Amino acid sequence: MAGYLILFYVDEAAYAADAPADLLAAHQKFQAAHGDVLRGGGQLAPSATATTLRGGGRSPDYAAGDDAEVTDGPFVETKEALGGYYLIDAPDLDAALAVAREVPVVFGGVEVRPVVYP
Amino acid sequence: MEPADAALADAHRHEWGPVLAATVRVTRDLDVAEECVADAFARAVESWRADGVPARPGAWLTTAARRRALDRLRRDEVAARALPWLVTDEVAPDDPAPTETDLLALVFTCCHPALAGPARVALTLRLLGGLTTGEIARAFLVPEATMAARITRAKKKIAAARVPYRVPGPAELPERLAAVLSVVHLVLTTGHTASEGDALLRRDLLDRAHDLARLLRARFPTDPAVTGLLALVLLTDARSAARTGPDGELVLLADQDRTRWDAGMIAEGTALTREALRGRPVPRYAVLAAIAAVHAEAPSAAGTDWAEIVGLYDELLARWPSPVVALNRAVAVGFAAGPAAGLEALEPLRAEPALATYHYLAAARARFLQELGRSAEADAARAEAALLTGNAVERDFLGRG
Repeated sequence: MAGYLILFYVDEAAYAADAPADLLAAHQKFQAAHGDVLRGGGQLAPSATATTLRGGGRSPDYAAGDDAEVTDGPFVETKEALGGYYLIDAPDLDAALAVAREVPVVFGGVEVRPVVYP
Repeated sequence: MEPADAALADAHRHEWGPVLAATVRVTRDLDVAEECVADAFARAVESWRADGVPARPGAWLTTAARRRALDRLRRDEVAARALPWLVTDEVAPDDPAPTETDLLALVFTCCHPALAGPARVALTLRLLGGLTTGEIARAFLVPEATMAARITRAKKKIAAARVPYRVPGPAELPERLAAVLSVVHLVLTTGHTASEGDALLRRDLLDRAHDLARLLRARFPTDPAVTGLLALVLLTDARSAARTGPDGELVLLADQDRTRWDAGMIAEGTALTREALRGRPVPRYAVLAAIAAVHAEAPSAAGTDWAEIVGLYDELLARWPSPVVALNRAVAVGFAAGPAAGLEALEPLRAEPALATYHYLAAARARFLQELGRSAEADAARAEAALLTGNAVERDFLGRG
């Protein structure tokens, strides 16, 4: 079984202004329907709350440590920001896309990425 | 040519896809499968020259390629793999015959919507059609290195994202089949008028379009879009022999020797068109085939039912609007109602950005202007068209004046 990360990208301004009241209920329904393959997930607080650490790779364990440059905001500024994710198990891309099609998402879309487990 | 070499050329043309599809089942890796198939063909050169051509060349090649694959698998057993194995359904690993299902699985994998459109066409021509990267690059006007990178990237994605090697189930089938059909259609149109080069046709591409359309029709005989596409392939290719003159120069539909059209293909294509037109909703390929069928059944250009053709383009324009369809419709209007009407229909399209570099618009204007006796304007339009085409045969034609 392989893993896929389903990332939701959302227009935050539109979402803040006009998020449907029953979106949370839709997610709960999705989670109940796909509980057998869901390995994790959650909604992310708005990208304005993000803190980014850049740099690193010089120490033996590749960690940024004290070299990290700390900045306010997400790693990449985009109109549609990362707004949440689900981690799922699926045997192949078609199965993953079938689950991704059912993720409730407004003002954006989802990206499906294979997870490379060690 | 020696009989062995002729048999090899024939096998390369007809068996590459089936042999590869059967080998992928063993290797579960597209690159390794390609290497094993290439190796089998290389062995065939020696073996067939020395011992004669086997009774069933395809089966011989499949056995050789799969044996090579099993050898490699044993040798690489302990080697760490950078990419996951191709996801396949379980079948008996020693199932010897290349099956139609394997071939279709390869088609659906190459044409998966998760791959970029140009990569789908390239993979299909290379893995199913056995075309080289260079041949594919020339057909689509990109440098060979670009095409090679595109193919490599797509293969990596198939493995890393686990695009499955299988014929999709009923729920996914409509969307997936539509993606396959659009690849076959692009192979057909590219083969029919090569984008670049000295020949108007790319016979290799037309042959692949035939094979793919037949394969799909065999598996999905009641699908009207599949039926319509096979009809379109037949009716388009039926005119191939008459489209160029003795020196390879372009001959317009109106001036073609219709006795050189392939009557067998026209009869089959017309019957399939009728069948496809019964689909509801009527698929786009059925309407395109119907246009080709009206041309194919006409005794001459003047005797063509141009009003019928305008009507079919109206339907295309209403449901699948595009600048090129609008252009074709305007040209048909010119033949149905005269050059002045055609010129008038073309006029608004001159402002269409998508057509600004499309030489058919200028060529059509040149023709109608000439018929109206406006020679100076016709010359200018013809010169513009000649500048815009990348195909030498078409350029010569436009230069003839």
